[in-house]
Parts: sequence; C-alpha cells; structure tokens
Amino acid sequence: MHDVAPVLQDFPLLFLIPLLPLLGAVWNGVMGKTMQRRFGHAAIHLPAILLPAGSFVIALWSFLTLAGAPHGTSMINHLWTWLPVGTLQAEVTFLMDRLSGVMALVVTFVGTLIHVYSTGYMKDEPAYWRFFAYLNLFMFAMLTLVLGDNFLLMFVGWEGVGLCSYLLISFWWRDREKATAGMKAFVVNRIGDLGFSLGVFLLFWGLLTTPASPAPKGHDDPHGVQAASHQAEAAPLATSIAFREVEQILQDPIKRDRIVNRDILGMGMMTLICLLLFVGATGKSAQIPLYVWLPDAMAGPTPVSALIHAATMVTAGVYMVARLHFLFTLSPVAMTVVATVGALTALFAATIGLFQYDIKKVLAYSTVSQLGFMFVAVGVGAYWVAIFHLMTHAFFKACLFLGSGSVIMGCHHEQDMRKMGGLRKLMPITAVTYFISCAAIAGFPFFSGFFSKDEILWKAFDSGNMLLPGGGVILWAITAIAALGTSFYMFRSYYMTFSGEYRGAAAAHGHDAHAAVAHVAAHADPHAVPADSHDAHGHGAHAPVESPVAMTSVLAVLGGLALVGGYVGLPLLWGLPNVFEAWLEPIFAGTAQRVTSAGFGHGAEWVLMGFSIVVAFGGFFAARILYKDGRSPFPARLLASPSRLVQATHRTIFNKYYVDEAYNVVFVKGSLVLSRGLAIWDTRVIDGAVNLAGTIGRSFSFLQGAIDRLFVDGLVDLVAKVVQAAGDKIRRLQTGHIQAYVQGLSLGALALVALAYLLAW
Amino acid sequence: MDLTTNSLLLTWTVFTPFLGLTAILALLALRPALRLSQKAVDEASRGIGMIAAVVATALSIALWVDFDAGTSNLQFIHRFVWMKAWNIEFFLGVDGLSLSMVILTAVVFLVGAIASLPWLGKLDSHHPHFSGKRVPGYWILLLLLETGVFGTFASQDFFLFYVFWEVMLLPMYFLIGIWGAPSRKDPDGRTRGGPYAAIKFFLYTLAGSVLMLLALIAIYYASAPAMLADGTQGPHTFNLVHLTAQAKAGVFTGAKAILGVPFVHLVFVGLFLGFAIKVPMFPFHTWLPDAHVDAPTPISVILAGILLKTGMYGMFRFNMQIFPESLAWASWAIGIIAVINIVYGAFVCMAQKDLKKLIAYSSVSHMGFCLLGLAAMTSTAVNGAVFQMVGHGIVSPMLFLLAGVVYDRAHTRDIEGFGGLAQKMPEYTAITGFAFMASLGLPGLAGFVGEVLVFLGAFAAHDGIFRVLVAISALSVIITAGYYLWTMQRMFLGPFNHRWDHLSDMNWRERITLYPLAVATVLLGVWPAPVLDMVRETVNTLMAGM
Repeated sequence: MHDVAPVLQDFPLLFLIPLLPLLGAVWNGVMGKTMQRRFGHAAIHLPAILLPAGSFVIALWSFLTLAGAPHGTSMINHLWTWLPVGTLQAEVTFLMDRLSGVMALVVTFVGTLIHVYSTGYMKDEPAYWRFFAYLNLFMFAMLTLVLGDNFLLMFVGWEGVGLCSYLLISFWWRDREKATAGMKAFVVNRIGDLGFSLGVFLLFWGLLTTPASPAPKGHDDPHGVQAASHQAEAAPLATSIAFREVEQILQDPIKRDRIVNRDILGMGMMTLICLLLFVGATGKSAQIPLYVWLPDAMAGPTPVSALIHAATMVTAGVYMVARLHFLFTLSPVAMTVVATVGALTALFAATIGLFQYDIKKVLAYSTVSQLGFMFVAVGVGAYWVAIFHLMTHAFFKACLFLGSGSVIMGCHHEQDMRKMGGLRKLMPITAVTYFISCAAIAGFPFFSGFFSKDEILWKAFDSGNMLLPGGGVILWAITAIAALGTSFYMFRSYYMTFSGEYRGAAAAHGHDAHAAVAHVAAHADPHAVPADSHDAHGHGAHAPVESPVAMTSVLAVLGGLALVGGYVGLPLLWGLPNVFEAWLEPIFAGTAQRVTSAGFGHGAEWVLMGFSIVVAFGGFFAARILYKDGRSPFPARLLASPSRLVQATHRTIFNKYYVDEAYNVVFVKGSLVLSRGLAIWDTRVIDGAVNLAGTIGRSFSFLQGAIDRLFVDGLVDLVAKVVQAAGDKIRRLQTGHIQAYVQGLSLGALALVALAYLLAW
Repeated sequence: MDLTTNSLLLTWTVFTPFLGLTAILALLALRPALRLSQKAVDEASRGIGMIAAVVATALSIALWVDFDAGTSNLQFIHRFVWMKAWNIEFFLGVDGLSLSMVILTAVVFLVGAIASLPWLGKLDSHHPHFSGKRVPGYWILLLLLETGVFGTFASQDFFLFYVFWEVMLLPMYFLIGIWGAPSRKDPDGRTRGGPYAAIKFFLYTLAGSVLMLLALIAIYYASAPAMLADGTQGPHTFNLVHLTAQAKAGVFTGAKAILGVPFVHLVFVGLFLGFAIKVPMFPFHTWLPDAHVDAPTPISVILAGILLKTGMYGMFRFNMQIFPESLAWASWAIGIIAVINIVYGAFVCMAQKDLKKLIAYSSVSHMGFCLLGLAAMTSTAVNGAVFQMVGHGIVSPMLFLLAGVVYDRAHTRDIEGFGGLAQKMPEYTAITGFAFMASLGLPGLAGFVGEVLVFLGAFAAHDGIFRVLVAISALSVIITAGYYLWTMQRMFLGPFNHRWDHLSDMNWRERITLYPLAVATVLLGVWPAPVLDMVRETVNTLMAGM
C-alpha cells in the first residue's frame, strides 16, 4: 500500500499533445488538396510530420518533468467543463501520469516515425494529402484516449480511433472489398463500444446509488426498493467520473465493499462492470470473439497497419484494462476471464497464422496473438508487464509491418509470400531489420520481446488470482504453445520472403511446390491469392529494389529498438535493475496487494525461462528447416497429402475456422432479414392500419352520408372527403373547406365535452 | 412570480415572420397598380422572406443575450386579456426550455429559407425545381408556419398555444401538397406523392389535435378561479402558470373520474397522444416517412428540425409540468415505447432504399431518445432529452439538405442506384460522412451529448426497468453505425457508376446552409454548456415538481 498522496502538478502545455496533430489534420483536410497541387508533397508532409513531432517533444518534456517529480505526481491540464449536468461533471482534462506518459511517448514516437516512413510508401498516391490528414487525425484521437483523465474523454478518443481506423482501412475506397473492410472494422468496434458504454453506465450508477446495506435478495416490494434508492441518492458516493477520483473512492474499504458485495443479474456488480468494459477491449484490441475485423483491416495502406493495427490503437484495450486496474483487481472472475480470453486468442490466432500466405495477414494474426499475450498479463494482474510488452511489441511489430510494406512495395504491390523469396540480397536493410524483429517477437534471448514475453509467461504461471483448475499453469501452457507457433510462423514468413530465389517472375510458370499449394488453396478459398488492385504504378516486371531512405531509416530505428528496447525492463531474476517496473510501480501500487503469487520460487522461474528459450529456438529451427530457400519438399507434400484429416484440418485453419462466415450468416444476414421484415411490417401492418382507417371512414360515410348529417359533417365526412381527395389533384381542396372542417370539428368537440360535463355535474 | 408585461421583444420575434407575410400580401395586392412582372414579384417575395427570417434570427439571438439563465421564471413576458368571456389571455413568455426551442426555430427556418432559394446550378426543364413554383404563395406559407412554430414555443396560455399549434398545421399541409412531389402510383398500385402525404400528415395531426382539444377543454372546466391579466378574477383559467400552480395544489387530482379513470390520467393521455403523433411516437409514426419523402427539401428540413420538437416540447410543458404524477404513472409505458422507437426505427432504417426515407426513419429512432429521457424522469436524462432535441434539430436538417443536394442533381434518391460518388462529388461525400457521424453519435459531435446524457440519466432512474431499457436501446448504436456506413458504402464508395458523370459537387447556396450547421454540430459537441446552462434551471424546476 502506498501512502504517497496523489499530487497534481499543472502542466499547461499538455493539451498541445493531442491538439497539434488535430491542427495538422484540419489543415491538410481543408487546404491539403490545394497545397499538394501548388507546392507538391513536401507542403503536405512537412506539417503532417512536424506537428506530431512537436507532440512528441512536449510529451517528452512532460515525461521528464514527471520523472523529476516525487512519486505519485501527475501532470494535469484542465481546459473546460464538457458536460455540466447535475451529478455528472465531465471535464475536458488531460492528465499524464507514469502510465499515460509511457503510452504518450510510444504513440508520438512510433507515430512520428511512421509518418516519415509514409512519405516514401505513399509517394505515388494522388490523395497524399488525405492520407496524412487521416493519419494526423488518428494521432489526435489516440492521444486523447491516452491522456483523457476520465471515462467520457477516453471514450472520445476510443471512438475517434475507430473512426480513423475506418477512414484509413477504406482509404482506397474505389475497391469495394477495402471499403467493406473499413465498415466491418467500425461496426465490430461499435459492438465493443456498446459493452464499454454499458460498463461505464453501470459503474456510475453503482457509485451513485449503492445503498448503505445491500438490498435483500428476492425482495419484491417496489416501495422498499424505491425507499432504499431514495436514501442512497441522498448521499451519493461520487460525483466525479475521473479515473483518479473513482480509484480514490474505491480505496475506502467501506465504500468499496458496498459495490463489490452488490449483486446484479445474479453476478457481482463489479464483475459485471469489468466484463462489460472488457467487451469493449475485445472489440478495440481484436480478441475473441470480436477479433474478426483486424485481419480484414489489412486492406488499409501498410503504414496504417503498422501504426493503428499493430503499435497503437489495438493496444487501447490493454491500456484501458491497465488504467482501470483498480476495478479489475476487485473481481477475480473478471481477471480470470480476461486472462483466459487472452490466452485462447493468443493460441487461436497463432494457429491461423501458421498457414497464411499473405504476408500482412500473417502479421495481422500475429498481432491478434500478441495482444492475447498482453491480456494474459493484465488478466493476471501483471500490469507493468503488459505495458512493457505493449511497448516492445510496438517497436518490433511496427518494424515488421513496415518491413512488409517495404517488401510489398519492392515486389510491386505483391503480398503473397509464395511470389516473393530471395529478397535478402535485393533488400538487405529490410531483411536485417525484419530478421531482428522476428527474433524479438519469437523471444530470442537478449532481444526486446524476450524480456517482456518471458515475464508474461512467468507471471501467468505464478498467478495466484486465477480461478482455473491448476491456477495459472494452464494459461502458461496455452501461451507457451502460442509462443512456439509464433516463433515458427514468423520465421516461416522471413524465410519465405527473404531466402532462396525471387519467385515473382516465375510465379506464372509455377513449380511443383507452388502448384500444389495453389491447387489446395484454390479449393479452400477462392480469394487465397489476393489481388491488390492498387498496382497502377507501372513498375513492370523489374526485380525488387531496396526502398528509399525515408523508409529504411525508419526500419533501422525501429529494428534497433526491437533489439535493445527490452533493456529498460531487465529481469530482477538476473539481479539487474528493472527500470520499467520501478517506473510504473506507483501507478499500480494501490492494488498490488490484491494481486497474489502462487508461490513458485526462483527455481521455477529459471526453468521457465530456459523453456521459453527452447520454445523460441524450436520454432526458429523448424521454420528454417522447412522453409529456408524453399528447398524442403515437406510443406508441399503435406499440403498435397491425400489424407482427409490433413486436408480438412488445413482447410479449416486456412479459412480461419469459418468464423467470418458464421458471423456473416448469423449476425449480418440475421439483422438484414430482421430489418427487412420490420420494414415490411411497418408499411403493411402499421401504415396499412392507418390507410385502412381512412378507407373505412370513406366507405362508412359513403353509406351513411345522407343520414346523420350533423354528426357526419362534424367528424366522419371530414375523414371521408379528405381521404377521397387523396387521389385527386390538390387544387380541388380549397382553403375554405379545410377551415370549415377545423371549425366544425372544434365546435363539435367543444359541444361534446360541454355535454359530458353537464351530464357529469 | 411577476407575470406582468415586461418586454415586447419576444412578441416581435414571434410576429416578425407574420409581418413579412403581410408585406408579401401587400405586394400581391399592389401588383396591378405597380405593374410588376411575375419575376419581380417572385424576387421580392424571396427578398422579403429572407429579410424576415434573418430579422427573426437576430431577434432570437437578442433574446438569448438578454436572457437570465439563473432562473426558471418566465422572461420577456407580454400578457393581456384576449377573450374575456372565456378567460383567454394573450400570454407570451419564455423559460430556458422555450427559449432554446425559439432560437432553434429561428435557425432552422433561416436554413430552410436559404434552401428555398432557386438552385443556382444548371436548371433542368424536365425536372422543374420547387423553388420556382408559385413563389409568393410558398413564402407566405413558410412565414406563416414560422410564426406558428414560434408562437407554439412562446405561448404560456393553453388556448393561445392551441391556436398557434393549429396555425402550424395548414401551411405544412399546403407546402407538402403543392410544392412536394406530384401524385404517383407506387409499384403496388397505391397512390403516393405530395397530396397523399399532405393529407395523411394533416389528418393524423388533426386527430392528435382533437385529443388535445378535448383535454384542453376538460382542464379548463376543472380549473379553479384565477386572476386574469387585467386584475379581475375569472372562474377558470388557461394560464399555464396558474394551471401548474393549481395542479400542484391538487385541484385536478380532486376532479371527478371519468369512466373510472382518474381525471388527471385521462387528460394526461389525451395530451400525450396529441403530442406523440407529432414526435412521432411508435405506432403513430408512419406519416413521417411519407411526408418527408414527398416534401421539398426545405420543408423536410423544417419538419425534422423543428416541427417534431413541438411534440416533445408539449410533453415537457404540459405532461411533465402540469401532470408529473401522471407522468410517473405512465413512465413504464413511455419508456418501453421509447425503446421501440429507438431500436425498431433503427432496424427499419437499415432496410430503406430511399435516402430520404432512411433519414426519416432515423428521426424516428433519434426522437426515441427524447422520449426515453422524458420517461426516465431524472435530471440528467431530462437535460439529455432537451439537448437531444437541439442536437437533432441541427443534425437532421443537415441530413435532409444533403439528401436534397443529390436529389436536385440526380432526380433520384435510390441508394442502390449510386456508387462511387466520392469520385465525382468529394466535398459532398465528406460533409455527408460528417453528418452521418454526427447522427450516429460520434463523441465530440452534438449527437453524442444528448444520447449519452439520456443513457446515463435513464440508467440511474429509480425504476430498475430503465436499466434494461437502456441496455436494449443501446443496441441502436450498432445498428445505426451499420445503416449509415452501409449507405455510405453503397452511395459513395466502390467503383464509380458512370451513369452519374454529369453530377456536379456542391454549390455555394448549399455550402451556406450546410457549413454553419456543421460548425454548430462540432461546437455543441465539444462545448454543450450554452444549451445545458440555458435549460438547467427550467429542468430543475420541472424536476422539483416530480
């Protein structure tokens, strides 16, 4: 338990961190087209790079100030009250504490680099200005998400990154598939957002109205309930929605227990809150069951995949859970669910990654899988490890994606690894950085990913919070298998792409292995070989060449970080200082005592570490043997195997377990059918009833018209005549008539009521 | 509360459009004498109409400047005895709720007036534009409608309110019937088109008015004696301030039950149904898509932007202010119907192929949030509902203007028939995307604020059912995203349909209407305080009556 009182230090420049990229987005969005035509690309990318770079500088400044301040200090910048309503006071306030500081640095640093890279990758793009405007807008949204100090402001960024993701995935909107991928991303994210919102609603309601003593269960008397909630309303628990204030409230054991002990729908209230919030995280961070949008999101330009769909946006869910550690640690059920879903996703996505041929798809599934690792970490309460892996992953995965972008550009917008090969000689910088990053993600010792991933495996193994049989050991087993798969498919992608001979030109002729593969693929999925329509660059059939320096320099920086970025979090096991853990320790100190260890000692940790290394090298050697230089006949032979089992397994996994198809039938088709049904119901039944009333009125008056003139004149005839006139030209209805009707109607009604009153007197 | 006349500014605002109307009538009368050409009369009518709309907006902003948001008392009161025999007063005055609606009225009508100016693009003789048809008549009706709407929001006498309410009805009928789409047969052989839609609108609203009128008379006869503006005592009253005070004192709860139903509940239902048709509330909503589809663009703008709000306003002003106990009695039912509005409306949206019909149903869905806020009866939810009225009053006009942009050029609104329009109309695509995002409740834009406040407020309602209702209606955020993005996809993205090679991007008349609304959408999204501050005290007073 830390006793340091939270100190808020005003840092009036904090708002500039999100604002600068927003200015860039507005400038390029409004003026970009003209500027690009008049002054060329530099007029676009100079502001687009310099403004996020400015954000980085300010973030660094604030971060260093934070580092110099005593523990528990946060930089704060209050701007204005956003929603000034009664008990709810949502402020526009940015806050940088040690956690959001790390995130802001990662986002601005990697973001700026990717902007630089994009100047090379997008240089032939006619809508260059639009791309940079969107990219800057994304930076704004992401930084708002990270730096917002309350739930609603975070939600602004949360939805904002979803919007930018949509815009950037659909960037080449002329291609219907790409436009659809963007739509899918947005809608699936919205499903998550629904969960997130409901979680937030439930939390606020809980904070506002938790009764002093929990209402007895099975209690049916509404008066009693109402009285209880009236009483609670008299003394609400909280009037703020800022993270730090909610955390403070929950530090009071009495208030905390009032919420934790409350049951909603037969579930602990806190558990339900956390699970709903986690639904939001599964949407944004592509976990089971809402991961389906991320692989499709690869339709966007590759720098987007690197920035949004690997390094930053998709980690928002992890960040959110870490940010809200003070909620999640209160619910062992929620922690177990988070960790289990993370572990299952890690394994599930890794298996799909094994058989993909599209280099970006491999990386996409690997991202889903790595995010699963991070959720294992936040699930077991190892928050600093999750953020650590988030950071190292940002480096090596961005490097991998950008490397793949370099390869794709070199191969004239070819993404199929079967048509690559031999690029190590042609694109040496790309190859080296890609290899380093593969080593990092696989967890080779002393590479950045080793430190973070190994720590996740150990924390999972040693967790005392899991409600699973065998505690965290089962999670460790699942993630260890996923780690083996990761190492294998990452090096598979490396060897298929960079080793052997270039197959780009030979692709049309097809050698045995390729033909066999293509044969199976054609059966399995007609879209197995994606055709990128964005190839109108007129490169012809030249051999691939290394990318321009704007791209390779970024690769070099990120590759370097993939190599050494882990040294900030060296294992304490080695007796070395862990700067990263120490840095984040004050953030999570308040809940640290609720995160328990299963009590495995150092010995077990050493063994596991050794095992991690074996796993990393196992995957590496398997991939090397099977895929180096494309010489091993085994993969092709396996795919051509006549065994039903092999074929069915491969087809199922290759087609991603048909999850997309199932979702499509159940949810997309289902809601379309429902909506059509309701629309028909609306016109036929509801509107039909209205029209029927008109028709009946008309028929009725036609028969009875002559009889009760007084009454009919007053009411029915109005209906009849006006409806009758419906088909006629409007001219026939003259002003006089309608007024007469109104008059008659009013007088008639008046008379009726007067009569009723006289009778009732 | 002092209810003596203290300002004529509000009266001037309400009747400025009427003065414009009189000026056009005078011009028509003088036409033979002045030997004016048809064209000159048309131009003069437009000029006068525009001036009236601008002056009304300026006056409404003057009201805002002078308004004291620190009280819920009526301000800018103008009150005198109108019809002594029936104790009817002419009584205008605004509190925060009324004023927010008055300002919104002025803005929406100004936008509508600009959108009624002739299309500056290439005119197509096969498709005559409504803006060139019977111009003086159009502007006379438009201005009459504006006075009607202003008066509805500013009246503090029930009878006067009813008069203005009915004044809104007739101009709308003719504006849809004459300037809307001509009569046609739909594929099933049914007659549709402007005249059909106009009559449907008219009859439907009139049916609601009858119920309201009955309730009005019943309330009048049940009311206790009250002081009139001239200092004499009348046996009954239409004065809303007096009626509210009497209701609080229990005058109406003591009234005789009719057919076993308590009097207050019965008049509550009568009033509520009268207003619900205007909102429109399920299942009384089917006039809306028809009216929208066949109305000319500015009339759709006005209809969605402000006319629907008169229904919600009536619910707050009468059902909630005078009969809070009955509202509590009916809150379950209203809440459930609100959720049907929200979710059902959203689903029906998704199946629409006509862009305007889709937007019309999205109004059904979005007005459901206002109903939910009313039913939840918490301060946050009511604030949210009022804000949603303003937010929807800004966003839905944008959507209908945008539907008009493409219809003026392509003469069709069939969503499936477009494709890849972003290539030909990039600016139009961008602003449509923006409006869609605002409508689907993207945080930072005006649509989000109302939605989130209603949800948060309703979630904290005393009655547990509202938590279930919020959970169900929150589904709409997914469906709404689905139908808007799908529309975006089918109209603007994908390969360009070369049938639309002749389409041009937006012109200045369209920009002048759209961009200010877009700016307002952003401003109110990030800084909703001006509206929330304006209505806070009024909502507090309403809540204090609960």
